[in-house]
Amino acid sequence: MEFFADLVLLTDSTFRIATPLVLTALAGLVCERGGVVDIGLEGKMLASAFAAAASAAVTGSPWAGMAAGIGASILLALLHGYVSISQRGNQIVSGMAINIAVAGLAPTLANFWFQKGGQTPLLGDEARFSTITFPFAESLADVPVIGALYSEILSGHNIITYMTIVIVPLVAWMLYKTRFGLRLRAVGENPEAVDTAGISVTLLRYQAMVIAGVLCGLAGTVLSTGLGAGFIRDMSAGKGYLALAAMIFGKWKPVPTLLACLLFGFVDALQGRLQGVALPLIGEIPVQFTIMLPYVLTVIILAGFVGKIQAPRASGIPYEKDH
Amino acid sequence: MAAGAKKLPFWADAILLPALNLLAAFLVSGIVIWALGEDPFLALSLLIDGAFGFEEAISYTFYYATNFIFTGLAVSIAFHAGHFNIGGEGQAMLGGLGLTLAVFLFSGLSPFLAVIMAIIGAALFGAAWAYVPAYLQAKRGSHIVITTIMFNFIASSLLAYLLVGPLQRPGGQMPESADFPEGASLMPLHEIFGMFGKTFEDGPMNVSLIIALLCAVGVWFLLWRTRFGYELRVVGQNPNAAAFAGVSVSKMTIIAMMISGALAGMMGLNELLGQQHRLLGGFTLGYGFVGIAVAFMGRNHPVGIILAALLFGALYQGGAELAFEMPTITRDLIIMIQGLVILFAGALEHLFRDPVTKIFTKIQTTKEGAA
Amino acid sequence: MSEVLAIETRELSKRFGAVRANDGISLQVGKGTVHGIVGENGAGKSTLLKMLFGFYTPDSGDVLVQGEHVSFVNPADAMARGVGMVHQHFMLVEPFTVLENIILGAETSSKLDEAKEDARKALIELEEKFGFDLPLDEPVENLAVGVRQRAEILKALYKGAEILILDEPTAVLTPQECEQLFELVKLLREQGKTVLFVTHKLHEIMATTDDVTVIRAGKVVARRKTSETSCEELAELMVGAKVVREVARESHGATAARLSLHQVNACNDQGHAALKNVSLDVHDGEVLGIAGVAGNGQTELLEVVTGLRGIASGSISFSGDVVATDSITTDPITLRRMGMAHVAEDRLKTGVVESMSAKENIILGYQREPDFVSRGVLKLKHIAQKAADYFESQDVRPRNPNLEIGSFSGGNQQKVVIAREIARDPQLMVIGQPTRGVDIGAVTKIHDQITELRNAGKAMLVVSADLDELLAISDRIAVMCEGEITGVLPVEDADEKTLGLLMAGGSLDNVTAKEEE
Repeated sequence: MEFFADLVLLTDSTFRIATPLVLTALAGLVCERGGVVDIGLEGKMLASAFAAAASAAVTGSPWAGMAAGIGASILLALLHGYVSISQRGNQIVSGMAINIAVAGLAPTLANFWFQKGGQTPLLGDEARFSTITFPFAESLADVPVIGALYSEILSGHNIITYMTIVIVPLVAWMLYKTRFGLRLRAVGENPEAVDTAGISVTLLRYQAMVIAGVLCGLAGTVLSTGLGAGFIRDMSAGKGYLALAAMIFGKWKPVPTLLACLLFGFVDALQGRLQGVALPLIGEIPVQFTIMLPYVLTVIILAGFVGKIQAPRASGIPYEKDH
Repeated sequence: MAAGAKKLPFWADAILLPALNLLAAFLVSGIVIWALGEDPFLALSLLIDGAFGFEEAISYTFYYATNFIFTGLAVSIAFHAGHFNIGGEGQAMLGGLGLTLAVFLFSGLSPFLAVIMAIIGAALFGAAWAYVPAYLQAKRGSHIVITTIMFNFIASSLLAYLLVGPLQRPGGQMPESADFPEGASLMPLHEIFGMFGKTFEDGPMNVSLIIALLCAVGVWFLLWRTRFGYELRVVGQNPNAAAFAGVSVSKMTIIAMMISGALAGMMGLNELLGQQHRLLGGFTLGYGFVGIAVAFMGRNHPVGIILAALLFGALYQGGAELAFEMPTITRDLIIMIQGLVILFAGALEHLFRDPVTKIFTKIQTTKEGAA
Repeated sequence: MSEVLAIETRELSKRFGAVRANDGISLQVGKGTVHGIVGENGAGKSTLLKMLFGFYTPDSGDVLVQGEHVSFVNPADAMARGVGMVHQHFMLVEPFTVLENIILGAETSSKLDEAKEDARKALIELEEKFGFDLPLDEPVENLAVGVRQRAEILKALYKGAEILILDEPTAVLTPQECEQLFELVKLLREQGKTVLFVTHKLHEIMATTDDVTVIRAGKVVARRKTSETSCEELAELMVGAKVVREVARESHGATAARLSLHQVNACNDQGHAALKNVSLDVHDGEVLGIAGVAGNGQTELLEVVTGLRGIASGSISFSGDVVATDSITTDPITLRRMGMAHVAEDRLKTGVVESMSAKENIILGYQREPDFVSRGVLKLKHIAQKAADYFESQDVRPRNPNLEIGSFSGGNQQKVVIAREIARDPQLMVIGQPTRGVDIGAVTKIHDQITELRNAGKAMLVVSADLDELLAISDRIAVMCEGEITGVLPVEDADEKTLGLLMAGGSLDNVTAKEEE
């Protein structure tokens, strides 16, 4: 029974942790399907985490936070778009530059506005996306198995997590069932074909950037106003890169990407649970090693299970008309 | 034949364009500083004064520049082989570890031997840490950008573990090792100046600077004067042509990345063996990432890298002084400025290149027309 | 002309930097006709087409479609006016199905499934009218080149093309597929469509067109009714001088095989069988030409011979030594030292490093030879000297080896490559597409050079997609289809028809059988 309780708790935190990962991975997926590699997901997430927390702290409304978070993320996405699409610059360098600039700018602004050493003030419950408890969750909690499933796993997440559950099929639908999706996938594979079909490559790619901006903005918002209660320095902690890895593991497809994110989320949840727990035979694993777990897993996955799979053929290559 | 295929004169490519990129980055930074309520021009003058105004400042500027020469060279050699080594940070950490282990292992025998072994240890551990992502890229096709980033995180955790565990200073509370034994260090340059009868204020600039400059010469020679360097560049610019010429792309990827890792690893010489005299958690402070900016700013050429490293050294040292004088400006802001320099110098190079090329072509056509 | 013109251009000009790609081109294409445009590589055909299709905007001059002035800013404008184009490199999204490719940009609904069903209905009608039978739900990447081309044509028709521009449509087709294409072109004309047929192959012009316009160096040099001209006249007009081509070929006695492939099997990058039981001999003093439609194993053949690809079974021997079996691969450097030279079929992709200087490119593949390097250090002076020598002997222009190789014309790049490869007096030369992307003046020189080397007793293995070229320079021609050698025949017995049947997978037996019928 204790094992079951553990499992329920693990699943619960998997969903929580996976939320920003899924959103960010989908952002990366939309970008790359449209032919732009975005290693700046990390920076976008961090920027929106800061913008959301700052705005929520000032206005007291998480929704104002979300708006600010999405806004900041879209701005950066457009900047990356300008560099990658209009200026035909190196997309990896652009992404790294954005990550580094944001890592500097966010704490600077936080310090300037709030004088708390690069953090935003702690957000009160009313300024956060607090957990939503489903009806009867508490009264059902004691019912064996079903109660735990309902009240622990299904109930008790913040609104963005529930939004994410809708967003995944939405992105898949957009990609495979709409005209826009067809064109987006085409532009990531063969932009010349899109161009000669009379569709603007530039516009399509910018649209992808904006969508990625929105998704990343939600991810950042959930970090600082849903899972956390305020912005702290470097709070994205490599999630943007993990999301990219999950996207590759998911072969640039929404549902497999979701599953990859859940795996990463699970490992992260597991490492949280393992901290300070003595395991049979091994004993207590030092916390630094459990922290490594998601990163090591990423490397193993990229090395072992993925191999050479076909990325969208045109991703990362600026489109130039003159050939 | 696309328009603008004409090439720019060397000086425009090597000096004018980087200067314009830098100017743009400073302009945006100036706007941020202004928005923070400070005077950007005052900030700039404080920064320059803080970086070059007095001998100790100069010493610090060169001290930081030393780190950036190492990491910039590291990024550039991988880049010439066609790869992005974003793992300089982790390789530097491991280099620091190798250096520390060598110091403690060999200082009992002789401090001099310990220093030599420390240099080798730093290079070896850095190279080893780069080997794994390089191997995975070459043999399994795992994206090196992502794996090197992961290896940064792993290195950071590993170091954190060692420094609160087996390597922690006995009885200490901080994540740091015991002090290096007496003599196991690289001499500060002011002491060397002193030996030649020239006085220079005390400062952290040390023999590592000379080692870094030697590495720069070595990298230049390797890339443009040797067969190995030729093959490395062929791999970077056209892997198919490399195979055609009988060069193993995967082998070259691995070797180039290991040289890159070794160079990044040697950053610890300056920080640890030259200044801190102990291993500190997180001593790399993002210098590995700055290497990307330095390499791009310096057009991936050792001379350019040295100049760009000096620029960033000045930015760091001047920035620290600036943060002292202007409380709203923190070290974080300097990090942002780095990001902007990377953006403008590395990713937005067409922004100025295209118009400048146009102007030059125009001048040339009018000249030809006149003649 | 009194007839209605489908397309007319008046004094159309476009320049890139200092190059006048099109210089006052005036073109009249009658409605419902097939109009040929011929010109050498680099004559300005592509630029003209791209302006007609809205890819480039002209610097000056007018374009009229169906008698009305138009100014296309992008391909969508052109398509709205009924101008469709089939590009030389197909504009198809490989993982998409034929149907998805056809509707891209012309979707009738924002919901994909609805758009597909709408298109499917419309396409059935179109297919019937023009005699198409395409697998609409098959991903394009699984289709043969000829089928892809038909998909491109159907796409243009679906988008309402009244005027169809075909840019070098036969470059990738077998002779039989070409015939099918010509049939289709006739059908299109019968149905009232106008076709602009662009090519540098003259017999195609003669076979398909009503009128022809010849372009040279960006200018129109002649307009003819096809019925009133000949291949010879067009060739002269294209080149600007009478073409005299006769290379003296000395005959040799039988010699030992320099290169010998025995039952070689090999896989391509995707792990599929690319070479199936290939057996070939190349003798000293002969040119063995390899014919075939692109993608039938020729690339892999070049690669296994030159040490770039391992073989799964069989054996390859060179100068009497076994150099490749399932367990042996000899690296390119050793093979070069044994006397093999390799002119890569895709120059920019494999044969040179585009961003390096010509000087640095002349050591590619020979960078470990002792005259270029000692103790690992490059002998820059000697390399510069050699480069200057090569430039002189091959008459490379401009005469500056310090320029990036990518900034030279295709012909001059090829001269540099050939100079590099013949410098060490090789016993065997393996040449892929000797004159691809090379202007006609240089073509002659390269052909002469190949013959000279042959006459000097070298063994030559030449892969080319250009049958005329192979017929001109080879002693024997081997034909490949789907990784197999479908036949080897002396050049005297080879004609386009026989080769075409072999390229389509027939065997020599049924070729002769057919002839006997």
